[in-house]
Amino acid sequence: MRVLAFLTRTRGRQRLDWTDWLSYLYLGVGLFTLFAPIVWLLMSSLKTESALSQFPPTFLPYSQRMVTVAGHDKPLPLFTVRQADGSLRDMAQLRRIGIMATLVDPMQPQQEMRVNINDRKPVNELTFAWGNYTDLFAKFSFGRYLWNSVFITVVATLLTLLINSMAAFALSKYQFRGQKTVFLLIIATLMIPPTIILVPVFLVINSVGLLNSLWGVILPAIATPTGVFLLRQYMLTIPDELLEAARMDHASEWRIYWKIILPLSAPALAVLAIFSVMWRWNDFLLPLIVLSKSEVFTLQLALNSFQGELNTQWHYLLAMTVITLVPITLVFAFLQKYITTGIASAGVK
Amino acid sequence: MATLELANIVKTFDRTTVLHGIDLSVSHGEFVVFVGPSGCGKSTLLRVIAGLETPSGGDIRIDSQRVNDIGAAQRGCAMVFQSYALYPHMSVYDNMAFGLENLAVPRPQIQTKVQDAARLLRLEDLLQRKPTQLSGGQRQRVAIGRAIVRDPRLFLFDEPLSNLDAELRVSMRAELRELHARLGATMIYVTHDQVEAMTLADKIVVLRAGRVEQIGAPLELYNRPCNTFVAGFIGSPRMNFLPAALVAGQVGAPSLPAGSHTIGLRPEHAELAADGPLQLRLGQVEQLGASSVLRGTVGIDTPFELVCPGQTTLRAGDTVPLALPVPHLHCFDASGQRL
Repeated sequence: MRVLAFLTRTRGRQRLDWTDWLSYLYLGVGLFTLFAPIVWLLMSSLKTESALSQFPPTFLPYSQRMVTVAGHDKPLPLFTVRQADGSLRDMAQLRRIGIMATLVDPMQPQQEMRVNINDRKPVNELTFAWGNYTDLFAKFSFGRYLWNSVFITVVATLLTLLINSMAAFALSKYQFRGQKTVFLLIIATLMIPPTIILVPVFLVINSVGLLNSLWGVILPAIATPTGVFLLRQYMLTIPDELLEAARMDHASEWRIYWKIILPLSAPALAVLAIFSVMWRWNDFLLPLIVLSKSEVFTLQLALNSFQGELNTQWHYLLAMTVITLVPITLVFAFLQKYITTGIASAGVK
Repeated sequence: MATLELANIVKTFDRTTVLHGIDLSVSHGEFVVFVGPSGCGKSTLLRVIAGLETPSGGDIRIDSQRVNDIGAAQRGCAMVFQSYALYPHMSVYDNMAFGLENLAVPRPQIQTKVQDAARLLRLEDLLQRKPTQLSGGQRQRVAIGRAIVRDPRLFLFDEPLSNLDAELRVSMRAELRELHARLGATMIYVTHDQVEAMTLADKIVVLRAGRVEQIGAPLELYNRPCNTFVAGFIGSPRMNFLPAALVAGQVGAPSLPAGSHTIGLRPEHAELAADGPLQLRLGQVEQLGASSVLRGTVGIDTPFELVCPGQTTLRAGDTVPLALPVPHLHCFDASGQRL
């Protein structure tokens, strides 16, 4: 009830104010443009291969009804046939030659009938091709790709949080020579697009022998200037007196970092974790150059490999695309409150 | 319990010198208060003792052991910060236990120590709360509790009461004094409030601009301030200062020591007497019931304040004769030093 009340709030008390019209129009258009492709993708991923190639396309996943007829091993497709007297009749098609189709009534399998193909229409029904999803696990080493992607995302995110927060701690809480210079250098790397250093990165990964290893994807990008900057700015707001109190409390510098700084930076860490998960999960370019054997493919690479030179198995491609969207959606759903609190608390205090 | 000795402590930040050679010795179980106006270096001095700042020169000795090169943790001091500096993500219990955990004290022992400190400070019911759920006075007690559990050799307080309201400050002051009596520990306390200094201290160190002006027991400082700064700083309301020339020429004036430049007289010691040598023109009369505060000027616009017991019928605009009781006069030379 509260959700409904929230969604239908208006400015005008009795009738809709003109601002209500504008806001709902804006929200409606936004919802449609952002959400329609996703819904279409979801629906298409449940269509059979033949339904996907149908023109004009349908929104819901329809497919032709099949019936088993006595005397035939395989189920036969069902059609509605317009008879000479204008009445309609459901019949199963045996074969089709040119523009003439041979059909049979499932109730009377002996009576065959030849009909012009323009006089018959397929009987469609709503069917969800769950096979698109289940086949992924059976036919391809999908589990392998999923594991690779999850491993890279989780390990890289944990390492990113650790390395970046340590750098941010040093840059925000210690006074040392060249502190500003180091910080500026780190920030300056933001200006270099990752594509520019792609070749050098490849050469380095190659020379340390990490090609076709998941670590070759994880290690090059665990230190991010964005992360260091984000965390440093947040840690600047943690009062120095807390650190001094901890030092008086016999805490080692590592313990100060681990027990005081990290827990207090949790909102900023959550924001960085969300970013990192998104970067890593959606990353394509770095895995593409590092991983060339199919057993180390990530989901994104596997998706790419589905797109063959001659034919593309769209129904599997779409199903897999949906699966790759799920983790990101979940991460957002559960961590989104940290994004707002993180941004809010970073600004205010 | 510990003794503390400071020998010629100097502290410079970049090019500004904050402490100019401080010498001090504190004996076992003493309560020493550093007092002075803001910016006089009292907090810096405390941080140097704690080990949070390294002195640019001089020696710090705790129990006769030189601790200049020993880190803050190893000096055996405990500090209560002005902002309390409680760890906001830990419960009261964890806040108090943190220091002991760092020392790898066995868990049951930590528990007894924290429970003991909590009982002493009446925090038993609050142990599972977070600092944000506590009032100012309670936070203050947690900060003190965190210091107590480690049985430090030396307690350091950095303006611990300045964030509390006036009423709470008075009661916390009493609690601190009681705590000192019970623990018998050596305590060093920084404040800019001379009332806190007078009520708490065994020994007051008055600082100005990084130099020690006077060290002594509260009443010693009150009765025999060694210069005009200490005379003006200790005591409330502030001591009156009159130019010696104003007094010297008057009929009935006491004879002043040679070289007198300024004469000091505390408002509570000044008296109204018919044969007084000075005339006080009243500008303001405050009736407090138990006492009255008279403010006005003498001579050529020298401000003068007088506190007389009981209630008065005098009113603003009146001119009254003022006596200068000799035993209460403080005479200072041209450089402000006591004669």
